Amino acid sequence: MKATIPKRPWVKEWHVTGFTIFLLLVLAVLLSAQATQVGQDFSMDQFVDLWLKMAHPDWPYLSQIMTPLAQTVQMAIVGTLLGGLLAIPFAFLAAANIIRNAALRWFIRLVMNLIRSIPQMLLAALFVAVVGIGTLSGVGALAVFSFGMMFKLLYEAIETVDSGPMEAMRAAGGKRGAMIVFAIFPQILNQYLSFFLYTLELNVRASAVLGYLGAGGIGLYLNTTLDTFRYDRTAVVILAILVVIVLVDTLSNQLREALS
Amino acid sequence: MMVQKRSLKSRLKPYVAALIALLIIIWAFSGIEFKGIKDSAGSVLAAIVSGLFQPDWSYVYSGHGEDLLSALFETLAIAFLGTIISSFIAVPFAFWAAKTGKHFSVRSTTGKFLLTLVRVFPELVLAIMFIKAVGPGAFAGVLAMSVHAVGMMGKLFSEAIENIDRGPEEAIIAAGGNRVDALSWATLPTVLPAFINFTLYRFEIAVRSASILGIVGAGGVGAPLIFALSARSWSRVGIILIGIIVMVTIIDWLSATIRKQLLK
Repeated sequence: MKATIPKRPWVKEWHVTGFTIFLLLVLAVLLSAQATQVGQDFSMDQFVDLWLKMAHPDWPYLSQIMTPLAQTVQMAIVGTLLGGLLAIPFAFLAAANIIRNAALRWFIRLVMNLIRSIPQMLLAALFVAVVGIGTLSGVGALAVFSFGMMFKLLYEAIETVDSGPMEAMRAAGGKRGAMIVFAIFPQILNQYLSFFLYTLELNVRASAVLGYLGAGGIGLYLNTTLDTFRYDRTAVVILAILVVIVLVDTLSNQLREALS
Repeated sequence: MMVQKRSLKSRLKPYVAALIALLIIIWAFSGIEFKGIKDSAGSVLAAIVSGLFQPDWSYVYSGHGEDLLSALFETLAIAFLGTIISSFIAVPFAFWAAKTGKHFSVRSTTGKFLLTLVRVFPELVLAIMFIKAVGPGAFAGVLAMSVHAVGMMGKLFSEAIENIDRGPEEAIIAAGGNRVDALSWATLPTVLPAFINFTLYRFEIAVRSASILGIVGAGGVGAPLIFALSARSWSRVGIILIGIIVMVTIIDWLSATIRKQLLK
């Protein structure tokens, strides 16, 4: 008996797809490297000098940056709160199990997707241009970002709630408003708080650099210390930012675990 | 029958939590100055909105490199190169930080701590530091992104390593293979799809952050945007914003499509 070994098609035998993807990636890397002029002179002296200066932090400077540091956290909290509250009605308008009108849902989602695609710092730059320098601009930028973020998380949560309580209320003659308050809110409350904390974490991180553009908080001090070549002070600012971010992250993570 | 009453402590808990939350919120609002809105705010906002609807189309392509398309291309190049480089750097860090045993391990804890440190270090600050070394330009952006992304990718990669089935590795060791064999024939092939998936996801984030690196002078589309904002040429601000939104949307969609294919 002659055994016939099934022959693999030519494309598979020579791994054409894999090699093509690999070659395309290499080509993309080369093109990007050319576009970004990778491999310019890396001045090691300057870089080492920077780190050496930063290795001797000017600790007394810490007392001067406590207020802007607190402001950074305050901006993040207010921004998350405003954006998070505003996101609730819009999330309900975009949820398929609340709004039957598909056109309305898709329109809201499209607008929100566009809002979400603008990076936080660009929002801050726009707010500084419109509102002016100060914490209010930072709060605005963070609120818009949180609005987009919380909206997406929330409407997905609303769409996946158990429909049982809603149907029971409808059967008993409940109105749509009552359904939202008594059948949906209790189901999504914990998730909402968890999303809120997650967005807050992101906002604290963003808030720390917003000041670079004049949108309030500690970022301004990052800018001034770097511009005046006081790297010993920059180090203090960076360390303070790191401590605040790690603290907020840890606290928020523990609260989120307790919620779930 | 008597309904058992919950203890006073557990009944009070939500109220205490709400009170603490309220106090924190009041404290937060106390730090914000709700004044000092520029008198021109309304007119500037109107100008930006009209700029969005009457964008400066001539800026899209001019033919000599100082246009929107080349700025967007540079942004993508920074994001792509930064993500690729850091995806390679992240692999050893991921193995360092992965908690493979049940007990506390110094290796994994130090690795996780290091990755957290890298992750929370602001990218813009890194970019500024690299600018001191290589001068302003896209190269500084690539360096900053390559370092910063290691934090997040290392974390995601290490979680992927923690979650895999250890069976294939044990089988190779049992069949007489050494640890390098186990790594190259069992561990890496198992985690590779997850690694590629996370790298694509990180690329989506990188495109967003590459478009702001220009604010500090580290290349990309951020610089022309800041110039246009300070020069108050709103129609140019409009076209750049549209360009960023379109680019981010396309990349998100593309990456999501590829990731869906990968997970099949």
